[in-house]
Formats: sequence, structure tokens, C-alpha cells
Amino acid sequence: MSNAPRTLFEKVWSAHEVVPETPDTPAVLYVDLHLTHEVTSPQAFAMLKDRGLKVRRPDRTFATMDHATPTDRAQIFGGVPIRMESAAKQIAMLERNCAEFGIELLKLRDDQRGIVHIIGPELGLTQPGRTIVCGDSHTSTHGAFGALAFGIGTTEVGHVFATQCLLQRKPKTFAVNVEGAFGPGVTAKDLILAIINAVGVSGGTGSVFEYRGSAIRALSMEERMTVCNMSIEAGARAGMIAPDETTFAYLKGRPRAPQGADWDRAVERWRTLVTDPGASFDREVSIDASKLRPMITYGTNPGMSVGIDEAIPASGDAVYAKALEYMGLSPGQTMLGQPVQVVFLGSCTNGRISDLRAAARVLKGRRVASGVHFLVVPGSQQVKREAEAEGLDRVFIEAGADWRESGCSMCLGMNGDTVGKGAYCVSTSNRNFEGRQGVGARTLLASPITAAASAVQGRVADPREYL
Amino acid sequence: MDPIKTLRSRTVVMPRTNIDTDQIIPGRFLTTTTKEGLGAQLFADWRYDAAGAPIPDFVLNRPESQGCAILVAGRNVGCGSSREHAPWALYDWGFRAVVSTEIADIFRNNSLKNGLLPVIVDEETHGWLVANPGAEITIDLESTTLRLPTGRTATFPVEAFARYCLLNGIDETGYLLGQDAKIAAFEARHVA
Repeated sequence: MSNAPRTLFEKVWSAHEVVPETPDTPAVLYVDLHLTHEVTSPQAFAMLKDRGLKVRRPDRTFATMDHATPTDRAQIFGGVPIRMESAAKQIAMLERNCAEFGIELLKLRDDQRGIVHIIGPELGLTQPGRTIVCGDSHTSTHGAFGALAFGIGTTEVGHVFATQCLLQRKPKTFAVNVEGAFGPGVTAKDLILAIINAVGVSGGTGSVFEYRGSAIRALSMEERMTVCNMSIEAGARAGMIAPDETTFAYLKGRPRAPQGADWDRAVERWRTLVTDPGASFDREVSIDASKLRPMITYGTNPGMSVGIDEAIPASGDAVYAKALEYMGLSPGQTMLGQPVQVVFLGSCTNGRISDLRAAARVLKGRRVASGVHFLVVPGSQQVKREAEAEGLDRVFIEAGADWRESGCSMCLGMNGDTVGKGAYCVSTSNRNFEGRQGVGARTLLASPITAAASAVQGRVADPREYL
Repeated sequence: MDPIKTLRSRTVVMPRTNIDTDQIIPGRFLTTTTKEGLGAQLFADWRYDAAGAPIPDFVLNRPESQGCAILVAGRNVGCGSSREHAPWALYDWGFRAVVSTEIADIFRNNSLKNGLLPVIVDEETHGWLVANPGAEITIDLESTTLRLPTGRTATFPVEAFARYCLLNGIDETGYLLGQDAKIAAFEARHVA
């Protein structure tokens, strides 16, 4: 057994089995890093208090605030109280809970604060071979480093607080093989939208993806994060990419990454985190990257996408018809040219510096179309500072965009950053569910360059016109 | 947590596929810091109009749905966000089981931890349930079977340990705390 070829997932899984699973009991799986935030933790802290428990490993727990936080400067730095009272209460509660249980917290004004899935990698907390969990389904993002990372519910947040472990059944393995080079205007976002379209929104249920192949190896770390981020939108709880030189170069020198001799030892260990030749997967799918085109969604789940210049398909399905009715779109129609009122650039999917750079390249010297609200929300305060140092903020502001502080913002509209009823929003986020971005909002998921091009034209635009 | 053994109830049917947790409980209600009271916001955007008045023909607002404990939903119910507020809201409204042909992973886990039984059945059984809304059915966790009024039964899969905990009203936190010595030994040898 020990000599049998193993997948990357199997290596990381077995290295964290405190107790292996049996037919009667799930595995007790050790968690190396527990990320937490204001929205899915209060009831878990309450459980600890009710039962008189401590956080077992505060040193393996790290907190930030991102989901309900305001993005306008005045409410964070200007002394203006947080407008949404329930959000203010939740934020204050996280501060009290972290102080009481000895957990390191990035507070609202902290210059390292940001979206939990942006700051983990940025600080070097996210490392190959680690098990990483968070009460948020987009925890799959961290799998880009060869970590086993997945979202959990609040009861499980409590389990990890109390024991640093989870009860888990071993998932199945699913290889997503991507070969070939991207054509012009095609990005990591278009790739993952195409994968979700191919696999289906529940195709990955019960599985952990491993993204493999030449097209994946060629991606930067930030692009890999975009891909792994949306694994959950195909039903997979986690998506992984084997670490390589790109991974090590990204992590080297980050404040929470190993340093000096520890770094060399870590890299040596991380190099073993690859799927062995001959290892088999429960399922496989292959995607030809060279055939992809810029993608956009037209429906109410992330699998409902088309090439930007393709027609919306027809279907006799009643649920499909209902989705199109909600979206105010018709089969046969092409998304290109669809008028939009809002554009959102940001989120844990596409809120990193390379995303802002790509959008700014499209926007430079151009104006946001009149009547369009273009909201730009960096994924972290560090991304924001970096963008400002490069002058990207000027590009956005001069074009007429709204430049904000970091947070989840309009991805889920919890903090009041919402799209109006019936309005169309080209969004670089991850979910186009009904009402996700506000009651009645119509979300069109796309890449940062498609978003920027659409902001310029005031309608869904082909980013290839701006390359 | 109260043990669950047998559940007998009429069904509420929502045949839509891919009912995501944003529909079950929209994001703007997640600033709560407790588990209670979310039933009032369950399916809020489908259930209430812009003025906050109940939409009469939405299934949860119909008189015959009141008191029902079993929700029959289309394929892939509970997809999307990991928010445990979704099972909390369903439970608070009065549901004790969700039946579908496919249930998303995180929602399924979260439900099991909150006394809301996720029941996956075959297409034929599901088709009958969808065609017969309000039918009185029995779900037996001991034998993991769902019984239709026609006499037809379908077995459903439940993770063995979760079933044991539900049948006995045991919560998993206690079990994990009982692994302390093994966890400590693991920590002593673990590198990462």
C-alpha cells in the first residue's frame, strides 16, 4: 500500500489523519490552519462559551473581517460610524471573541486586512501540503498552493476551535486536465467558467479536483487561485494544484512563510507533493485551453455560461426558462451588446493585483460609459496600497470608477454594496444566483478585462477589442 | 439535540433544481449572531414582495404547507455558500428533513449537525413525491427508508456516524473532544 502511486490529495489527506476512517466512524482530520471571519464564527464562539471550552490552537487560528465590512473610507478611517448596525455589532463581537480566546485578528483599520482568501496567500499563511479550513465555501482558493482547503459550516468551525480537528469522510478524486495555450483575451476566469460549464454545477459533488496539465502549469499563482476559488461552483469542496517553482517563488520571503534553513527544508518537503506517475483518479475530464473564448454567464448559476459572442442556448426545461425570465434574457440572444448599469471588479475570485492591473490596462485613457457605476474593490488593503503605488487608482478614478477599501462587498451585498433591482451587473465575482448581489440584481459573471471593457461601452463588450 | 428516529409528515414540494443557500437565506440576513429566529427569513426573496407582504401563491405561504416537516426539493439542493444559516432557517421554520435526488456536500453536512435530515432518493421516488405534493410520508432513520403512502419504500444513504449521533441525540463535538489524547500524540509528530 505504502508503495502504491498516490495522488496529491491522498498524500495531503493521509498526512493529516489523526484517526483513519472506518465503516462506522469518519476520519479525524487535523487542521493546520483555521481562518475565521465575522459572519460564520459568532455561534461557534457561543458554543465554546456555553461548554466552557478554549480554542485548542490559537496559534493555528487567524481572523480577519471582510464579509459585512463597509468599503467606503469614511466608515473605516473617517470616524463615521458603520452605517449598518447589525454589521457593526458582528464586527465588535469578533473583536471581543478574538481577544477573549487569544486569536490574532486583523481589525477594520489594520493595513493587512482583507478578504480572508486573499490575505492567507498574501501573508504566506497558505502553504503547500497544509490542511486549511474556513467557514466560507471559497476556501477552495488556497488549494492553488497544493493545500487541501475547503469550506465548513459554523458547527464545524466550533469543532476546529475546540479540537483543531474535523470528522470527515474521504472524498473522491477528480482530475481536471487542461492542455494547450490560451488564445487572446482568455483568462483564468474564462477557464474556470468553461470547466464549470463542462462538469456541471453538481458534477464535482463528493470530489476533490486536481487541476493538471500544461495550461495549469503555465498559470501564475494569482491565476491558479482564480481557478481553485470556483471549484465549489462545480460542487467540489476543494480544488488542488501541485506546488512547483511558481508556487515557491510566490511564497519566498512572505512574512508568515518559513525563513532561512526552514525555508529550504520546507521546499524539499513540498516538492514531494505531486501526483505520482500511475496514480489513478476516480474521475477525469479534459479541457482544451486553446479552444476557449472569453466567457460570460447569462443565467442564475455559474454553469449557465457561453462564449461572449455565442448565442444563449435554448432548452425546454421549466427551471431554465424561469432563470432566463429572472435575467430578462432570451434564448438565441448574444450577450455581446447587452446594456449594463453596474460593473463590479473585486472579490476573492478576481480582487488581486494582477486583476486590477489587467482591468486598468483596458481602462487607461478611456472613460466609464455614462450611467454605469463601476465599483472597484481591492481584495485586501495590501492590494490597494500596491495598486496605488503603481497609479492604478488614478486610472480607475480618472475613468470615472468608484475606488474603495477592501472587502467582499458587492460579491454578496451583505454590507449594503448592492446592485439595484432589475439592473445588470458584469461582475468578476463567483456567483450569479438570484438576488446574490441585491434583491432582483442580474449578475453576469466574467473576467476583469471583460468587466473593464463592458464598463467602457456600457454594454457587454468583447475584451479582445482592447488587447 | 433531540434524537430523530421516525418522521411522519406531509411534504412541501419545491421542484426547482439547484436551489442555492442564497435563496434559502439571502446574504443580508447573515449579520445575525444567533441561530434562532431565521425561519421568518427562510426563502425571503421568493416568499415576500417588495413591501414585505407574503406572496400568497408561494408554496410556504399556502395554508396546506403549515405544519409540514419535510421539504422535497429539486436536484442539487443547498449548493453554493457554506452558510449554516440555511439549515438553521429551515429547522426554525419547522422542517426536519430535506428530500432530493442530489444534495450539495456542505449543506448536507451542516444539515446533519442540526437535526435536519438530508434524504437522497432515486429519481422514481422523487418523481412521485414531486407529482404528489402534500403527501404524507414516513422517513425512518433506523432502517434508512422513506415510505410513500402507496406502500413503496426507498432506502437512502446516511453516513454511519452521523446516523448514530442523530438516533441517539449525541453531538459530534463531545466525540471529538474525546479524541484528545490521539490529537495530542498527532501534534507531537506532525510537521506542517
